[in-house]
Amino acid sequence: MNIVVCVKYVPDAQAERTFNASDNTTDRENVDGLLSELDEYAVEAALKLVEAGEGEVTVVTVGPDQAADAIKKALQMGADKGVHVKDDAIHGSDAIATSLVLAEAIKKIGSPDLVVTGMASTDGTMGVVPTMLAERLGLPAVTYASELTVDGAKATIRRDGDVSTQTIEATLPALISVTDQINEPRYPSFKGIMAAKKKPVEEWSLADLGVEAGQVGLDAAWTKVEAFAARPPRSQGEIVTDEGDGGKKLAEFLASRKFI
Amino acid sequence: MFELSQEHEDFRKVVRDFAEKEVAPHIAQWDRDEHFPTDLVPKMGELGLFGLVVPEEYGGSAGEGQGDFTSLCVAIEELGRVDQSIGITLSAGVGLGINPILTYGSDEQKARYLPDLVAGRALAGFGLTEPEAGSDAGATRTRATREGDDWVINGAKAFITNSGTDITSVVTVTARTGTNDDGSARISAVMVPSGTPGFTVEPAYHKLGWHVSDTHGLTFEDCRVPASNLLGTEGDGFKQFLKTLDDGRIAISALAVGCAQACLELATGYASTRVAFGRPIGVNQGISFQVADLAVMVEAARLLTYKAAWLKDELHEGRRTVREVKHAAAIAKLHSTEAAVTATRIATQVFGGNGFMEEYPVARFYRDAKILEIGEGTSEVQRMLIARGLGLPQA
Repeated sequence: MNIVVCVKYVPDAQAERTFNASDNTTDRENVDGLLSELDEYAVEAALKLVEAGEGEVTVVTVGPDQAADAIKKALQMGADKGVHVKDDAIHGSDAIATSLVLAEAIKKIGSPDLVVTGMASTDGTMGVVPTMLAERLGLPAVTYASELTVDGAKATIRRDGDVSTQTIEATLPALISVTDQINEPRYPSFKGIMAAKKKPVEEWSLADLGVEAGQVGLDAAWTKVEAFAARPPRSQGEIVTDEGDGGKKLAEFLASRKFI
Repeated sequence: MFELSQEHEDFRKVVRDFAEKEVAPHIAQWDRDEHFPTDLVPKMGELGLFGLVVPEEYGGSAGEGQGDFTSLCVAIEELGRVDQSIGITLSAGVGLGINPILTYGSDEQKARYLPDLVAGRALAGFGLTEPEAGSDAGATRTRATREGDDWVINGAKAFITNSGTDITSVVTVTARTGTNDDGSARISAVMVPSGTPGFTVEPAYHKLGWHVSDTHGLTFEDCRVPASNLLGTEGDGFKQFLKTLDDGRIAISALAVGCAQACLELATGYASTRVAFGRPIGVNQGISFQVADLAVMVEAARLLTYKAAWLKDELHEGRRTVREVKHAAAIAKLHSTEAAVTATRIATQVFGGNGFMEEYPVARFYRDAKILEIGEGTSEVQRMLIARGLGLPQA
């Protein structure tokens, strides 16, 4: 089974994240980045499937030079090869353009049996790219899998909702997005780190994919960030001194916030 | 000059991530309970930590030109930065558990023990120190007597790391097996599998620090193992453990670097946020100069440690002499461990009263640091070795 995993290089959520003042896009220069944690689950899910049978895991990312680190991490975990789509024109792309570039890259890679993605990125957190990508590739979109099994040409997932748990089947090829409940992503071993050095990573530009610069980037985006401001620091909570009526005051407070 | 490779740096990130996710959230509780986290060991195995210096045929990842001993030091430093007990569990697991078997074991002994040890399914200990033979290892009293096809062991060992965990598979024990022509004790190393009748693991010690590390006294009463459990050649025990300890020194030095690094980070963070007299205490030079000193200590200790590790890797590839490595190892161990102890003293001072409270990790590092100046050769022994290396006259 050949699997393509889409991964994203995101600013470290532990670091101080900000935007570029010039065009209101995410600042990726002045903050350490890493493979989006939510995509680690996708890589792990793909590796498990291939290790249980046979085939190859290809990771694909769309992003600037540093995004190569996201591919490297996935290769260190055990993926077989990487594809890095980079082009200055991609800067500022929205989910629609990103899904276009990913779709063209996946078509160029070949016809995978499965495309696996995380449930969302940890920076944009829109969670729409998987479905858009499935639409563009004409694949069934089976999203938010917290369990995944593949039997022959059939993939089965469990999808946990607020009020029900669904079991969903799809015929391969299919696109599956996975949640952080599906597995425990492995840490790369030293052996994996050494092996990753020798694994092939291809770099493609928009031209390699037949995508016009005008179809992507900030100018082509359907939405635009007009302004941004840092969230004000959390203000100190209200301190109530108990003068025998503490319980009553607490109840009043909760009632005022409609908790009771 | 030497430098860490990109792979070493990548590996450092992974081990740091591992330590922060798998160790940091639990360590205060484990420390309080003096609990050895058996479940963590196979996870460390999956990461490849126990196999860094072990060839692939036993499940390891050692390879020419990779700087494998340096990788091990990186792993020990990064685990030690989060918790010293976990760092020593790795250091002893590889240096004292795996290394003697890998270096002196027969093919059969290696095939029997190494795969499980490398995978973290098992741990091995090394029984050298005795209640009355510490630095003076030649005074070993434990005896192994040949009876037919067996060795019969009698004696006691003290402070043996990883010797009593639920997954300890074997302890290599040094014992007298006779007398040399010059009258000195003939010392040999014998492997004693856990559970061998006559081999008793005493209750765990209550230690000042390293609460999460597994340490026991061991007693042997007519403990019988097959003659084939001898490790290497009879009478080579002394030579074997001296070499084992040389490697261990660099590893302890890396553990000390992790300790000092933790102190630097903790003190910097606290000095930047703790407010007294209306401003962060780091504004005061009385504090900031001490934190600056910490940074210098960490840098110096790290350079000496990785220089020694690099020399050891170079020695492994035949480009350096044993003497150079021994000298560098003693210098690194002496400096780094003394720096670590000083660093914990400074860091707890920066934390003021809070530094004395167990809810702040600096308190744990303060307790954990002292043993660094003692284990794998005391500071005094290091000075002795350095002086000897300088060619000074010996008594």
